[in-house]
Amino acid sequence: MEKVFARSKGLTDVPFSFCPGCTHGIIMRLIAEVLEELDIIEDTIGISPVGCAGFSQDFFSCDFIGAAHGRAQAVGIGAKRALPDKIVFTYQGDGDIAAIGTQHAIHAAARGEKITSIMVNNAIFGMTGGQMAPTSLEGMKTVTSPYGKDVSTTGYPIDMPTLVANLPGAVYVASVSVDSPKNIAQAKKAIKKAFKVQQAGLGFSLVSLLSTCPTNWNMSPSDSLKWLRENMMPVYKMGELKVTEEVESL
Amino acid sequence: MAKVKVIEKYCKSCGLCIEVCPKKILTIGDKTNEKGYFTVICTDQEKCIGCTLCAKMCPDVAIEVYKDKK
Amino acid sequence: MERVLMKGNEIIGEAAIRSGCKLFFGYPITPSTEVIEYLSANFPRAGGTVLQAEDEIGAINMCYGASCTGARVMTASSSPGISLKQEGISYSAAVELPMVIVNVNRCGPGLGGLGPAQSDYFQSTKGGGHGDYRVITLAPSTAQELYDFTMQAFDLADKHRNPVLILSDGFLGQTMEPVVLKERPKAPEYDKSWIVNGSKGREKRILASYSLTNEIGEKNNLYWEKKYNGIQETEQQWEEFYAEDAEYLLVSYGTTGRICKSTVLNARKKGIKLGLIRPITLWPFPDKAFIPYKDKVKGMVTVELNTGQMIEDVKLAVECKMPVHLYRRQGGMLPTENEILNYVEDKFGLSKEGEA
Repeated sequence: MEKVFARSKGLTDVPFSFCPGCTHGIIMRLIAEVLEELDIIEDTIGISPVGCAGFSQDFFSCDFIGAAHGRAQAVGIGAKRALPDKIVFTYQGDGDIAAIGTQHAIHAAARGEKITSIMVNNAIFGMTGGQMAPTSLEGMKTVTSPYGKDVSTTGYPIDMPTLVANLPGAVYVASVSVDSPKNIAQAKKAIKKAFKVQQAGLGFSLVSLLSTCPTNWNMSPSDSLKWLRENMMPVYKMGELKVTEEVESL
Repeated sequence: MAKVKVIEKYCKSCGLCIEVCPKKILTIGDKTNEKGYFTVICTDQEKCIGCTLCAKMCPDVAIEVYKDKK
Repeated sequence: MERVLMKGNEIIGEAAIRSGCKLFFGYPITPSTEVIEYLSANFPRAGGTVLQAEDEIGAINMCYGASCTGARVMTASSSPGISLKQEGISYSAAVELPMVIVNVNRCGPGLGGLGPAQSDYFQSTKGGGHGDYRVITLAPSTAQELYDFTMQAFDLADKHRNPVLILSDGFLGQTMEPVVLKERPKAPEYDKSWIVNGSKGREKRILASYSLTNEIGEKNNLYWEKKYNGIQETEQQWEEFYAEDAEYLLVSYGTTGRICKSTVLNARKKGIKLGLIRPITLWPFPDKAFIPYKDKVKGMVTVELNTGQMIEDVKLAVECKMPVHLYRRQGGMLPTENEILNYVEDKFGLSKEGEA
């Protein structure tokens, strides 16, 4: 029999350290498959952040640089400007890219930096134990919003891809989800396009992926997927938010 | 003919594959792996159609799927 | 060799280009801005990249990323901007990244003022950011040294895989002086087998500073400690000026080190045996310079543009075997050579009667 589904060469054989049911692993698999399919594993430098996403440096089989919290894009830009022929991507959580490192995301997009950013949005700070994130939803209970997130004092959820899509230097921006096989397939297409955009040197690309955090949401993995579908997808604008003409013709 | 193979060391017993399987042939087994997770098992390989949905949904890349060459 | 008249900050830019620096990431702040201005005008045609970042934090982290690829990289800023960079400098020290950081010290704290100061001595020499690390710190006092030390900084950074700081100040940065544009000194090939540039033909590499267990953490700290001890042993630099027969010594670096030379000459004219030790490396602090003098000299005066920072290192270096006094100006003010001399005479009772 023929193997029709196997572990991508883009991943090392290190087991993911994420909690059971956490969809970080699906996203990492998709990126790894894209790197393999585009044959760029050996030409790629990944930038890992701080937070659960930080472990990515151990799981991908390409070179990696570990950045300070929020600084992945600045670090990636430094590497890319030094080695313009390499593929550079950042793998960041919503806390990293939409809270402590927002300025780098905005300016990477404004300058059209030729890097690819992957944002994993689970509406919460996972590694530190379930604190409120700038992406947490209205009314969401977290350990720092134990009575439910009050938007009048803590702000509304930041829709980072929508913000970034407004900037001319961002040429491809997509917001996708990994809650079902169908959406996972779409997510992979978006990730692939984002990397192709970089290969073609067209500008900044961002793919935001809605993801789960069963542990800190206090839900089963299966209920988490349902919660994501019913609560996050209506709040965040989904789909390809920005596809320039040049990207369209890729 | 198709076959689903769970790589025990990667499985964390989250159950997402079980729900997505159209043939309902995956279930949580009664044996633990080295980390203590009860790993998923296939109850009836004969019924596997090799659709790979389980593998695509698995957050730990713990599933391999095999299929007869056409 | 070309001899030209240039502004201090521009000299640093020119020296960087001639040192094989390939990338500069910065953010404008007075009185350091001419570094990025000069490079913006002159770096691209030399094949270099200049990026004016969104902020100081972005700039230092871009340096971090570029250095990971093995490229020579520099950033420049002034005190408040250097404070913002500290997290990135700590990470760079932990990952052992060669890079050159220029601090054109202005006075503080807070926003402070634009005048020259040495108020960032502690920050420069004791680590500056979180964690226990050191940054090699060079203190130029003339235009020529701005040029020479910038070149040296890149080589020291590569040699020790460590960030190197050039601690200039608003006076040096803004003054025009003649400088000889020497060719880059021949440097050995540095080991680059640690860089991240795509894993073609080799195992993947990770450059990061997270220590998963306390055991790994301690092992890392011991490794860095050994490296820093080695640098302390081998890289101390200083200049002595009329020190050999001195009864009293001034200790001063940078701009004030330069002023102190005039003080020494004036003192000698009056028959006072005054000398100067001018630290060139502030970290490693040149303890060795003090060995011949600590049992011989009657007293020392550190001359600083702060509330007394280097004086602590001087007292340690002479094991408090003699009085060590501080003469300082602050807030952007510079001392004159004679006010320093008056202080020395006063402190050590050297004024001849009738002269006071």
